Amino acid sequence: MNKVRSNPLNTVAMHGALILYTLIALFPVFIILINSFKDRRSIFREPLALPNSESFSTIGYETVLQQGDFFLYFQNSMIVTVASLFFVLLFGAMAAYALSEYRFRGNMLMGLYLALGIMIPIRIGTVAILEMMVATGLVNTLWALILVYTAQGLPLAVFILSEFMRQVSDDLKNAGRIDGLSEYTIFFRLVLPLVRPAMATVAVFNMIPIWNDLWFPLILAPAEETKTLTLGSQVFIGQFVTDWNAVLSALSMAILPVLILYIIFSRQLIRGITSGAVK
Amino acid sequence: MTALSLKNVNKSFGKVHVLKDINLDVEEGEFVVFVGPSGCGKSTLLRVIAGLEDATSGEISIGGEVMNLTPPSKRGIAMVFQSYALYPHLNVRGNMTLALKQEGQSKSVIEERVQTASKMLNLEPYLDRYPSELSGGQRQRVAIGRAIVREPKLFLFDEPLSNLDAALRMNTRIEIANLHRQLGASMIYVTHDQTEAMTLADKIVVLRDGRVEQIGSPMELYNNPANQFVAGFLGSPSMNFFPAGIVQSGDDRIMGIRPEDLFLADDGILSARVSHVEKLGGDTNVIAHLNDHQITARLFGQHAVEEGQDLRLGFDPQSAYHFNTQGARLY
Repeated sequence: MNKVRSNPLNTVAMHGALILYTLIALFPVFIILINSFKDRRSIFREPLALPNSESFSTIGYETVLQQGDFFLYFQNSMIVTVASLFFVLLFGAMAAYALSEYRFRGNMLMGLYLALGIMIPIRIGTVAILEMMVATGLVNTLWALILVYTAQGLPLAVFILSEFMRQVSDDLKNAGRIDGLSEYTIFFRLVLPLVRPAMATVAVFNMIPIWNDLWFPLILAPAEETKTLTLGSQVFIGQFVTDWNAVLSALSMAILPVLILYIIFSRQLIRGITSGAVK
Repeated sequence: MTALSLKNVNKSFGKVHVLKDINLDVEEGEFVVFVGPSGCGKSTLLRVIAGLEDATSGEISIGGEVMNLTPPSKRGIAMVFQSYALYPHLNVRGNMTLALKQEGQSKSVIEERVQTASKMLNLEPYLDRYPSELSGGQRQRVAIGRAIVREPKLFLFDEPLSNLDAALRMNTRIEIANLHRQLGASMIYVTHDQTEAMTLADKIVVLRDGRVEQIGSPMELYNNPANQFVAGFLGSPSMNFFPAGIVQSGDDRIMGIRPEDLFLADDGILSARVSHVEKLGGDTNVIAHLNDHQITARLFGQHAVEEGQDLRLGFDPQSAYHFNTQGARLY
């Protein structure tokens, strides 16, 4: 084994650094969680204290569950995130495959055009997007959000996936062609499973901004029945009075699904990030 | 009947002209080897035959039918790739049966062919394993098995042994030769290794820069090369070339002598200084300098030759080849 790694002092230092970083990263989440279980007075008096028998209160959660349709918001967020991710991955992978596999006129230009979206933030086009959505009658539907998020996620997806698809062995695809597989079967059965780590990377990169986004839900789908979780939580933040119990409780609950999705993808994610570098 | 016939086949990638006017006939049951240095177009030619690349012009017929526009799966060919290209998500049986299932063969036919092929290649114990659980040699056998079950008119091998280690390469080479005898099928085999070419082929096609340099049986090419390139490419160690002026002053041709045709002789016509000796037991390879030209002599048996020693080497004038300065064979 490497000498540097086997030295106990180095091991301690390494783990110390990692633990320190973990603490810093988890601190805000931790504060939100503990305060969501305290009553209003204790939140302001001792924000860093753990909830004890005196300060413990689930009033925040009760408010959230009673006021507004929290489960509907939750469901909306879930539908929008999952559907957007599905379309980003499907269309992104298809475009990436076409760019990396087929020789056609303008291949290079098309690749650059598709990657351009990485550099230009989609929010610049908000007004035009809103006009389009009004014209097509998609305002206040979840489709409005799904379409926008799909467009927003595609450039990076195409960019990352086409790099990975170039690494898939040509021989394998050709073997499939000689065995009589259609181009679609080759894509879905041979190529996609081999770029799964890259797909997970793209999924995680896209999932968190979509889940947390406030901008587009506020503009395109602010109706009660299409509110997303982030937008729904804003109910408790007023101009003059903010119901901190409710805000903290809503945020605590909003963390959960992202956390679960992240855990599902993370094993693949790490392989995706490192697989290009160390092979 | 001809298994494959190529007429004036050309292939260009944009401005790069990769294959130039290839004409070739492969007879039924023949083992043809394409050989040439890397980048000579031999793999491209194989891919054009397979239908993985379209020929820019010319005609490709397999089994008497023109196949230029036929997709690879309908050409009656099977291909074995250098990197094996096994489907990672299917086990050995799945890999071998996929093409048959695509063709819509009945279950009993599929089962029977898999049985025959796996017996032939000793793959029976591994049928339920996945490619990642097999060694390199086993994977290569699965790749060959995948080709056999299709009972193609023409087998295509793309450098199938270059990922194997030396010992395994020799065994697999013999297995492929046996397979060819057993199946009696037409095979095309691409390699850059001239030993594989010499040992396997009925007919060798030597390619250089997208052109066919010479076609013929291994011994024809060895004994009667058409030009300096073919002469230098086949045979190991390769043929020595030096200006004929060294032997006979005023001669401006190039002389070629095979290393095994040189022998030690006190009155030998060539005087050279030994720079390196390879003692192999059965043979001794002497690398020496003749003026500025490096020559290799392959001496049979063991000889006490040391580095730095001056040697006189002789040869039978009958065994010498002569080329003009453009590399064309004179006699």
